[in-house]
Amino acid sequence: MTKYKIGIDVGSTHTDAVILDENNNLIHAEKTMTTSDVTSGIINALRLVLERSKVSKDDVVAVMFGTTHIINAIVQRKNLGRVGIIRIGLPATEAIEPTLDWPVDLKEAVNAGIAMIRGGHDYTGEPITSFDEDAVKKALKSFREKKVDAIAVTSVWSVVNPEHEVKVRELANDLLPGVPVVLSHEISSIGLLERENATILNAATIKVMINAINALREALRGMGLEHAKMFFAQNDGTTASAEYIVKFPIFTVIAPISNSIRGAYVLTGIPNAIVADTGGTTTNIGALVNGYPREALEVEIGGVRTNIRAPDVVAIGLAGGSIVETKDSDVKVGPVSVGYRLIYDGIAWGGNVITATDIALAKGVMFIDDPRCNPELARSKIPNWLVEKAYAKMVEMLEDALDRIKLRPEPETVILVGGGSAMWPKVLRGAKEVIRPEHAQYANAIGAATALVGAVVEKAYSYEQVSREKAIQDASEEAKKRAIEAGADPATVEVAEVEEIAMPYLPGNAVKVRVKAVGKLRL
Amino acid sequence: MVRYYLSKTDVEDLVVGAAILGTGGGGDPYIGKLMVLQELERGRKIEIVSADEVDNDAFVVPVAAMGTPVVLVEKIPSGKEALFSLKLLENYFNRKVDFISPIEAGGINSTIPLVVGAERGLPVIDADGMGRAFPELQMVTLHIHGIKATPMAISDERGNAAILDTIDNYWAERIARVITVRYGGSAWIAIYPTFGKPYKEAAIRGSISLAIEIGRALRETKSAGKNPIDALLDVTHGFELFRGKIVDVQRFNIGGFARGEAVIDGLDDYKGSKLIIRFQNENLVAIRDNEIIASVPDLITVLDSESGRPITTERLRYGLRVLVIGIPCNEKWRTPKGLETVGPRYFGYNIDYVPIEVRIKGVSKP
Repeated sequence: MTKYKIGIDVGSTHTDAVILDENNNLIHAEKTMTTSDVTSGIINALRLVLERSKVSKDDVVAVMFGTTHIINAIVQRKNLGRVGIIRIGLPATEAIEPTLDWPVDLKEAVNAGIAMIRGGHDYTGEPITSFDEDAVKKALKSFREKKVDAIAVTSVWSVVNPEHEVKVRELANDLLPGVPVVLSHEISSIGLLERENATILNAATIKVMINAINALREALRGMGLEHAKMFFAQNDGTTASAEYIVKFPIFTVIAPISNSIRGAYVLTGIPNAIVADTGGTTTNIGALVNGYPREALEVEIGGVRTNIRAPDVVAIGLAGGSIVETKDSDVKVGPVSVGYRLIYDGIAWGGNVITATDIALAKGVMFIDDPRCNPELARSKIPNWLVEKAYAKMVEMLEDALDRIKLRPEPETVILVGGGSAMWPKVLRGAKEVIRPEHAQYANAIGAATALVGAVVEKAYSYEQVSREKAIQDASEEAKKRAIEAGADPATVEVAEVEEIAMPYLPGNAVKVRVKAVGKLRL
Repeated sequence: MVRYYLSKTDVEDLVVGAAILGTGGGGDPYIGKLMVLQELERGRKIEIVSADEVDNDAFVVPVAAMGTPVVLVEKIPSGKEALFSLKLLENYFNRKVDFISPIEAGGINSTIPLVVGAERGLPVIDADGMGRAFPELQMVTLHIHGIKATPMAISDERGNAAILDTIDNYWAERIARVITVRYGGSAWIAIYPTFGKPYKEAAIRGSISLAIEIGRALRETKSAGKNPIDALLDVTHGFELFRGKIVDVQRFNIGGFARGEAVIDGLDDYKGSKLIIRFQNENLVAIRDNEIIASVPDLITVLDSESGRPITTERLRYGLRVLVIGIPCNEKWRTPKGLETVGPRYFGYNIDYVPIEVRIKGVSKP
């Protein structure tokens, strides 16, 4: 019996669904409109792809979501949980209180109380001072009175020594049973404020994730898919089970961007390349390194600085729906887009707005498989000089953006994906080859459907105190353990990446070790 | 205006200016900015006074942080550390401090005295000892003028504090560095205690206002849709050195210092030309087509040509479109003792220092 996986990707305009067989062959794909609640759009896409593919429901073993529930909740400040915030580090850290520079509306929605507590460690792992357990208990009791939805705990240098964070979880489980406790060393890495911000946002979105999972599970049940396991795409290009991601919703916050980068790898088999994902409004450009998206140092989410692991992306407001404007002989393309209205407003569809897609159609480089689209309209209505000038401008904008994501001057392979990617030429400056794989328009959903389960652990060690081998082994064991927790089949879990980053100016050979472990889905 | 209180906007502006005066180093001023904003949020005030306001016999003590950037972003300060140092020095001299001062105009240390000023209600003198950022304790104009760095006090957030009395200012640097490590990688110092008269002769005046003015010029021109670079050069009396794209960044870890160089390919008017910037924490030398066009102690700052924001040496990377500017250093650095302390040779470059405005005249304008 063939087993199938369904992959779903939520974009700003379209929600895509694909069905793949166990060898990752594409069986069927569907595009639907994204809805403002996200969930109903996902359900539409699921229903369509199931019905039209004729695949038996019983043979679907997993549904893999790449969703925008979490980023939407944060950006719109909607349905967020109220968080009791604990910072451990006093007397250090008192100079800057948690959430100090957050946007006021987000702070008001999330912050249910702050407790700053004595404790924490130095980079050597030695305690700053003794840990004030009584103060923790007092804070937890006040959080209980305030009926907080979750608790976020951040301790100084917990990436070296997490013992005080772990202790708070034990105390909280005792005093506030059932209330989720998020520990910062499980969320991200060095940089107290950025890690604390990510931890608080994670705590605030647990409720959102629970609601999304419940609604989706209900929908799967309604479609006769209750036996299928649910997975959610993570920011780093891996995936995780519903049971795991409910504890770490922040790991999904910009997953759709990674899905398309991962999808480009799956479709081409090329592990190192630049990937440009062109949709209706935006082109996101990222880098594939050994099959995974290259990560950025810092990510701003909803106006808050964080250091979660997320793809390094250059985004430009140039894509299929971008509006082309002329002023005298000057041509401007984007960032304003007609979005999903391309099929009403675009010249080739009989509309009145010149879009990037119309330019590409008139130039004759693009073919669109849609009977309503008439390239002849674009060719006859847009003057030739404008076609040439606008297209040259578009290509130059893309080439500049491609160059900005590169770390070296040497030409690299460029993979084009996304619904709008057909408008690009076969040759680009800085590219040694330009590949637009078959099914490029579904790269994101395919990326979600084919992801491996993964987890990353980042810890700091002093190689004078712990040998290098032992440090890497320690971090690797922990990463593997977390990958299994995230839903990986234990027999298949392996270390995918080990990275050591020396911390300059610190004695004792202080090194940050980062290990990524991945495995196949446990079904 | 000789006495004024800092507003929130002043602080935002000051931090931008301090990053530009930081010449690629000096530590991330983001943490420092939040520390000062937190003080204002708590209802405290920060009074800035011009050096003219300082009596000749007033007791003046500069305060600063020292240590490793990665520690500062993880073990955020308590904000009280420098107060311990100040208190210890007061006990030692049996005299209350009248004014505090920044030691460094660039980077995070531009903000530390403001936090102390807010906490203690002490006025902060609008001056500093560098006019930019430098990595060592003796690289201060007070040192050039013969003021001793010690007795100095050095504290951590726990309340540990030590008084150092050293035979010279180089020894103060060496011993303080060791203590900093034992404190956990960051320490807070009260240093170069002195009186109003010698301080006023030795310090670089107007550095806080200059940083604020730089930030304000950038902000105002940007919001008016004008060219912020012209305004920046105008305020700093600086020069545009180059525009281009970074095509290579090499880093070497030598003796615990983050040394390296960035190669920039010219764009626009500079097309066909190449600029190399050598750095060690801070940008030290700029070489255009094999000709030196600027060197330490003059200031070399790399800005992102899109956002206009300064780029620290650790964030230089391939592909960034940048604008490089040069700013003349204070005259005090151009004396024989100044150049002995912070000239190119101190940093290991076997070249003579030539003031940037002289070098610029020798280079044909693009």
